[in-house]
Amino acid sequence: MEQVLVNGFYLGAQYALIALGLTLIFALMNVLNFAHGQMYVVGGFIVYEIYGRLHWPFVVALAASALTLAVLGGLIEKFLFRTVIRRSVRDESTMLLAAGVAYFLDAAILLLFGEKQRGVPKIVKGVFVSDNLIIPYDRVLVAVLAILFIVAFVLMMQYTKPGRAMRALAQDRVAAQLMGVPVEFYSLIGFALGAMLAGLVGGLLVTITGVNSGIGGPISIKAFMMVMIGGAGVVGGAILGGFILGMLESVGLSVLHAYGDITYLAIFVALMAFLSVRPNGLMGKPWG
Amino acid sequence: MTIRALAAPVAWLACASALCLIAAPAAAADKTLKIGFVGVTSGPAAAWGTSNVRSMQTLAAWWNEQGGVKIGDDTYKIDVVTFDDQKDPKRAIAGMEKMAQEGIHYVVGPNVDDGAAAVRPVAEKSGIIYFPYAFPKELYTKPASNAVLGMVANYQSGPAIYKYLKEKRGVKSIAFVAANESDPLSQRDGGVAAAKALGLNVVADRDTYQNDTRDFTPVLTPIVKLKPDLLVLSGVAPANAPLLIRSARELGFEGLISTETAQDAKVLEESAGELANGFISVGGASTPEIRSQAMDDFIARYTKMFGEYNDESNTKVYALQYIVDTLKADPKAIDDVAEFKKTIDGFSAPNPYVKSGSLHYVGMTSFGQKRQLAVPLVVEEYKDGKFSTLFVADVD
Repeated sequence: MEQVLVNGFYLGAQYALIALGLTLIFALMNVLNFAHGQMYVVGGFIVYEIYGRLHWPFVVALAASALTLAVLGGLIEKFLFRTVIRRSVRDESTMLLAAGVAYFLDAAILLLFGEKQRGVPKIVKGVFVSDNLIIPYDRVLVAVLAILFIVAFVLMMQYTKPGRAMRALAQDRVAAQLMGVPVEFYSLIGFALGAMLAGLVGGLLVTITGVNSGIGGPISIKAFMMVMIGGAGVVGGAILGGFILGMLESVGLSVLHAYGDITYLAIFVALMAFLSVRPNGLMGKPWG
Repeated sequence: MTIRALAAPVAWLACASALCLIAAPAAAADKTLKIGFVGVTSGPAAAWGTSNVRSMQTLAAWWNEQGGVKIGDDTYKIDVVTFDDQKDPKRAIAGMEKMAQEGIHYVVGPNVDDGAAAVRPVAEKSGIIYFPYAFPKELYTKPASNAVLGMVANYQSGPAIYKYLKEKRGVKSIAFVAANESDPLSQRDGGVAAAKALGLNVVADRDTYQNDTRDFTPVLTPIVKLKPDLLVLSGVAPANAPLLIRSARELGFEGLISTETAQDAKVLEESAGELANGFISVGGASTPEIRSQAMDDFIARYTKMFGEYNDESNTKVYALQYIVDTLKADPKAIDDVAEFKKTIDGFSAPNPYVKSGSLHYVGMTSFGQKRQLAVPLVVEEYKDGKFSTLFVADVD
């Protein structure tokens, strides 16, 4: 059972980090970023190219991934989402734009990086083995880094000026504007930060699970599930949703494995029942 | 502008027109033979179809560079027409309809069971022979007659692998894990039946995973506890194989791991490293021990065209070669698939990709009719970035 719980905790840590960027963008701009998974993939490929192929230090590759995605996210916000939000009164327009960006990135990634699964050398070798537990050290490191990133993000949102501004934006965009918060600037910063988190987690996880051009869509779907469990636009909810999904997967795959692949069936049924009772998720109210 | 000034351009134009007229009959002698591809070239399974398309494009470019292929009295340039079905049966049907509209009679693909089953009515109605990489027997047994299996099926390779491992490596117990999709599940069921027929103890035959799983540790934790001698990754996609191997080994699994699908050594090396050593899979004209100089040349050309070779193309190279060589044997089949079907039975040609062997159609044992390409059944073992041959066998 210890192994199952550790597996669940590890999955939860990486899922929470994946969901953070998605929920941040939703909170700030009311945009469902369907391209979040594709941004994760871009981040993975950047680390693959820099760390895996050029053999530069992993830290440099991870920083390059985060920076590139931040710039990409900023550009997407400034030239695409800002324009659409300004010109369209319908929320669906941004959803369609996000879907379009996702398809574009999918095609561009396939063209640029090819169809093959890619992987990089382990950042830490060795496996911890005890009577009831086996866990590779690189997973321990990734889980610790994921938690550190989550803590740093929460602290930044809580105690820095941009963090406070973004929280104000998430609470009430109009009120924040009336109070002198430059909403366009902080929307750009928020979108860039959300994309950066996607790049960071993509770059981090390429050391464990590798990356390929087709995983963007499934990653996005999983991120949406976590956000739905925790409550859209709520940072704490995304973290909670990530850990809950990770634990459900791990326990389900262990307990239900003899019955075939019904773990996700059970998760989806539970999710539907849960949402019918609590449509806003566990913490479904604006964060701030 | 004066008449004198106009004279020079007009003269050039006249010369150019005359050259075009002279060149026209020569160009008309070169015909184009369109060969289709309908399969998956995007999404998580993109590697399967992409290796098909790139193999076809490499071969077509090679032949076209040499002036085309001579079929009967005519010389043809090969034009590969591709359609990405995104692993969606509805799109596969649309793709096959597109091929029919373009007058194409020979199509490689689809890559998966449901796509291959979905296109059958269109192919039969439109007079198209297609070469799926999918294993359902009903596609190849009568009354079906338009599909030709492009590779070795798992129910052909599985028993051979298990038997070899039972006899040579002392395997007694076996566990199966498969993605929760039609192809891997049907391959798993075939594998389980074959293992039971050989008297192996099947300790796990229900474990599955979502095809988009990124972390397989939770999936494999209960299986590794059972300590099977052999873990079979049924119908595993090349993107998932190294992740499954890595998770199993990191969880302390010490038995053998095998699959009946083709894999890529570079992908295994990058994502699983030395943990993939000893992994057993199936290939075509793959290993240096059996492949010919022509196969080496093909690999070099493929690498030059696309930057990196894909080991799956060791099998995927064959479909276009078979189509063209069969048409050479019976040129009337270019527009008449009934002729193609007649020719299949007695067809034989040298296999350019292995040191010895022939191209011929097989399938009598599995399907009761020759509806399968005879691709060498090469069972290979991965070690340190390369595959080496364990044994070679023939289907049928």
